[in-house]
Amino acid sequence: MYKVLYNKKISVNSYEMAIIAPHIIEKFIPGQFIIIMAYEDSERIPLTVYDYDKEKGIIYLIYQVVGASTLELSNIKKEIFSISGPLGNGNEICLNPNNYREKRICYVAGGVGIAPVYPQIKYLNELGLKVDVIYGAKNVGLLLIRQKIEKVVNKIRYATDDGSFGTKGFVTDILEKYINDYDIVVAIGPVIMMKNIVDVTNKHNVKSIVSMNPLMVDGSGMCGACRCEVDGKVKFACIHGPEFPGDKVNFDLALKRMNIYKEEEKEKLDLINKKLGGKKDE
Amino acid sequence: MNDKRVLGKIQNPQERIKNFSEVELGYTKEEALKEANRCLQCINPRCVKGCPVGIMIPEFIKYIKEDNIEKAYEVISKSSSLPAICGRVCPQEKQCEGMCIKGLKGDAISIGALERYVADIALKNNFTSVKNIKKNNKKVAIVGSGPSGLTCAGELAKKGYNVVIYEILQKPGGVLTYGIPEFRLPKSIVEKEIESLKKLGVEIKCDVLVGNSITIDDLSKEYDAVFLGTGAGLPKFMGIPGEEANGVFSANEILTRINLMKAYKEEAKTPIKKAKKAYVIGGGNVAMDAVRSLKRLGVDAHIMYRRSEEELPARKMEVYHAKEEGIIFDLLTNPKEILMDEFNNVIGMNVINMILTEPGEDGRRGVIEDEKSIHKVDCDMVVMALGTSPNHSALKDTEINLSEKGLIVVEESKTSHDKVYAGGDAVTGAATVILAMEAGKKAAHQIMEELK
Repeated sequence: MYKVLYNKKISVNSYEMAIIAPHIIEKFIPGQFIIIMAYEDSERIPLTVYDYDKEKGIIYLIYQVVGASTLELSNIKKEIFSISGPLGNGNEICLNPNNYREKRICYVAGGVGIAPVYPQIKYLNELGLKVDVIYGAKNVGLLLIRQKIEKVVNKIRYATDDGSFGTKGFVTDILEKYINDYDIVVAIGPVIMMKNIVDVTNKHNVKSIVSMNPLMVDGSGMCGACRCEVDGKVKFACIHGPEFPGDKVNFDLALKRMNIYKEEEKEKLDLINKKLGGKKDE
Repeated sequence: MNDKRVLGKIQNPQERIKNFSEVELGYTKEEALKEANRCLQCINPRCVKGCPVGIMIPEFIKYIKEDNIEKAYEVISKSSSLPAICGRVCPQEKQCEGMCIKGLKGDAISIGALERYVADIALKNNFTSVKNIKKNNKKVAIVGSGPSGLTCAGELAKKGYNVVIYEILQKPGGVLTYGIPEFRLPKSIVEKEIESLKKLGVEIKCDVLVGNSITIDDLSKEYDAVFLGTGAGLPKFMGIPGEEANGVFSANEILTRINLMKAYKEEAKTPIKKAKKAYVIGGGNVAMDAVRSLKRLGVDAHIMYRRSEEELPARKMEVYHAKEEGIIFDLLTNPKEILMDEFNNVIGMNVINMILTEPGEDGRRGVIEDEKSIHKVDCDMVVMALGTSPNHSALKDTEINLSEKGLIVVEESKTSHDKVYAGGDAVTGAATVILAMEAGKKAAHQIMEELK
């Protein structure tokens, strides 16, 4: 059992959670992820780490309620059953910052994709690498942790679908405009967003890195649920990724594979809703 | 002398395909006595030579005859750390029972069933095999809580070593917990065996990925020795067209969802894909476990294996039980291509018939394709149970020599790293529970020898 310090709603469908888990933090490199279980009988959910406090052993997560298991997680108050990790590999730039000191770097985040982006840009900022960020969401209410990001970036540009903040349109529209300013683009967000971003970087011959978040069970290479096609080969996101070169990823396949448990997940959502007695948080 | 073995009760096949409860119910006292009395108590017992951990089989059987189960358990415990598990999952027909002299003319003694009988009584009555452990000040870290790690831990703890096991999953047991199904190895048995290790002072840290959370180099600084029992690794796929379809799974994924995550229960929160007709590709124990699990979920479940029945690597009893349960064996057949619809869902396979060739140097018969025999079969799920390839994520930032195949190289259980030992599937490639246990035991004794 791990102590939960808080688990609070920060937007219409997103939560921020703080957990005491020193084993995750000690060796954590931005880009890695964790797997969390609310209760002993819960599903194992892979989530990204958004912030951490090494001294206090605290890890902060931001997650979106998208289905049964995240709904269940959002109802947790005091403790969680399991948090394992850190899993996967660190981000290429964070692992080798000196190779990128002369490079012009742009991060693109969509929605809660800002959660895994933040620790990377914060870490790079501490090492003296200031990066630019393009951050998009449906509307201004879904743009999270703006003040925190603005402190650690060189330049940030916002996009909202409805124009309620920043440019009206998509992150791809902004990237298309400024792509020639960059040597490398790191994109983290919904698969369809990453696919569209990579279309832009490919068109302009700019290097790209994306972070895949497929279905996963054990997270240590044992089950193969998370396999992706990268450069025509089968790769396991949990141990070979989660980050891959954007131009090598088969996004169309990744999009299709997201639907494997669509039917079953609906049933599980009914089950959790029933367990929660119809009462949602708040 | 009766040359037929006593068969313990089993769940009726028609009933058991509707539940996940244990198939074999185990001997009653009368049955155990009767079977034990068949044992000739050989002066020069061949069965012991067939046992990877060298259990003094005639001796424990003698105590069963005397109905002194506590003593029988003591004898088994001297050699084996997890008897309730071995009694259930060892391929006895290739080991102790395969060597039994009675087997020449009739049925071999049912050693596995007798071992299980003793171990179950011991677990029920909390017999402890070791009393008054004197703790020493030596510390050993064990990576992975599967059969090799648990055995290594048990051996060391009995001798007073301070043992800490690191496990990535939320529950210890490795393949015993995520892989082997409830109907073959009840999880309550695994939990009890692990509890008895904890009583010996073994500490288990779950949720920790060695390599990422802490490195082997870190461990080798903090501990006097490190044992790697990290298991077989990544599930293999065939590399045929269509394998990326939705509905193609590794057997490990199916089994993990069912066993570790309890997806077979309606109230489980982890889903398992519903299917009407599934082919499990492969003929080993993992394939049998997967196909029989799917059958219990109401799937029309088939095995597809490229060799013939004789070559099936699975434990004989599992094949027998699978057939009783109505599993269909499509032998001498191999997939060529997986077919899918426009939504990426599996709708069938193109398969080809195989022809056996004469045995090669390894004594195993090869197969060639019968090129004119390609035909289509319908299905909506394909499960790959083809073995594994090594996973070295635990070795991150640590230099340890690997073989050409990528397996950890050991000499006398020791790796190329001065304080690091290894055993089990990480060294041999996918093998059996008992061979992993043997390796864990050997490594423990090597560690004790060197830390003296």
